Amino acid sequence: MSTTAIPTNTKWWNGGRSPFNASYGKVMMWYFLMSDAFTFGAFLISYATLRFSLNGWVDANHVFNAFPFFGHQDLPLAFVSLMTFILIFSSVTMVLAVHEGHKMNKKGVEQYMILTIIGGIAFLACQAWEWTHLLTGEHFVLTHSGAVELMNTTVSHNPWGKQIHGAAVATALQNTTPEVLRAMILEHNHTVTAASLQNLTVPDLISKIDLNEVYIAQVGPPSFGSYFFGITGFHGFHVFSGVVINIIMLIKTKLDHFQERGHYEMIEKAGLYWHFVDLVWVFVFLCFYLI
Amino acid sequence: MSEHVMSSSEISFSHPPAEGTGRIWKIFWLLSFITVIELALGFGLAKHWYGDPVANASMILFVKGAICILSLAKAFYIVSVFMHLGDEIRNLIMTIVVPLGIFIWFITAFLWDGNSWKNLKNTDGGSHPPRTEQEQSVPVEQGAKP
Repeated sequence: MSTTAIPTNTKWWNGGRSPFNASYGKVMMWYFLMSDAFTFGAFLISYATLRFSLNGWVDANHVFNAFPFFGHQDLPLAFVSLMTFILIFSSVTMVLAVHEGHKMNKKGVEQYMILTIIGGIAFLACQAWEWTHLLTGEHFVLTHSGAVELMNTTVSHNPWGKQIHGAAVATALQNTTPEVLRAMILEHNHTVTAASLQNLTVPDLISKIDLNEVYIAQVGPPSFGSYFFGITGFHGFHVFSGVVINIIMLIKTKLDHFQERGHYEMIEKAGLYWHFVDLVWVFVFLCFYLI
Repeated sequence: MSEHVMSSSEISFSHPPAEGTGRIWKIFWLLSFITVIELALGFGLAKHWYGDPVANASMILFVKGAICILSLAKAFYIVSVFMHLGDEIRNLIMTIVVPLGIFIWFITAFLWDGNSWKNLKNTDGGSHPPRTEQEQSVPVEQGAKP
């Protein structure tokens, strides 16, 4: 690899040198990332088209308002901000690893690669928590059968529709099973036990429910879950494969493969992929959480 | 091993020597700053700072547009500085950026289509004017048992 400065009036297409002044591997990594951008773009545009075609969507600030160890406090955007900053920071450590590679500083590359890998794993852990929270969190939803049921968020279930009020709540409760009514009482009233409610009739159970406090929503558009889990899952898979690639690069650095080769260009190529993952997150963050 | 790779027929390419890390940290702070502004605007959407979502729909659309532009700025800095595309030669930049121009059509056409789909559904194919917000929401009694 020549490190001489490029002479002026270079004839790029005369042969003997790369017309793009970059190695084959790096140029092809760029074209791979371009095609991957089209894949993500198509997914996000599909999501946007469907969202535009519906009269109502999901209020992201209502869905994503939880933070680990903060219970039921309403903290919109908090957790996803943490995830965003983790990814921005791991992007910086990656570019610093590339920088150390230019200087042929093996120790520096190792150090920054380790930080980047830790950032990637932290992001994946956050995503795992967020998914678990959505998949296991059950909410009171007025289903199309007319009864209130407990529903979690999956690729086909969306409990995040509009809240129902007044007479609609009373009508819905009449059709609801005692199991769900008991869960509704226990959610807000911590003085009663499940056993004491066991033998009560439906009207007695309804009388124990505070109609001002209970939150019952309509069924939301089911495509929300499909798009959310599909697109964040595809992005999460990219983060996961990026972490695996970075671990391989760290091992190769430790084994002196790049030192012997005379350059750390593989770190640059892995870095391109890692920055792309951050780039995609900018748009996933925009489309699912911010707007 | 090293001799073998160095003497391969791979054509040469050159890069300027590595500069300091000052620019990297500058971009990090810039990206963080833009993200904080986006979060502040998004937090305003959550807390209804911009008025009623139905009455002030155009105001909210404006805020969302501003957030989109800020995201595009972030994307530009990540690609240009962190991925060093800005340091590559013009020919390489153009082979990547020009094909991505198809997104301008892609986004416009599909959002237009989504919107048209909604209008057709709300007017039963254009046979009557769109119903009001209240009429659109599904009446609860509809699903109730008789």
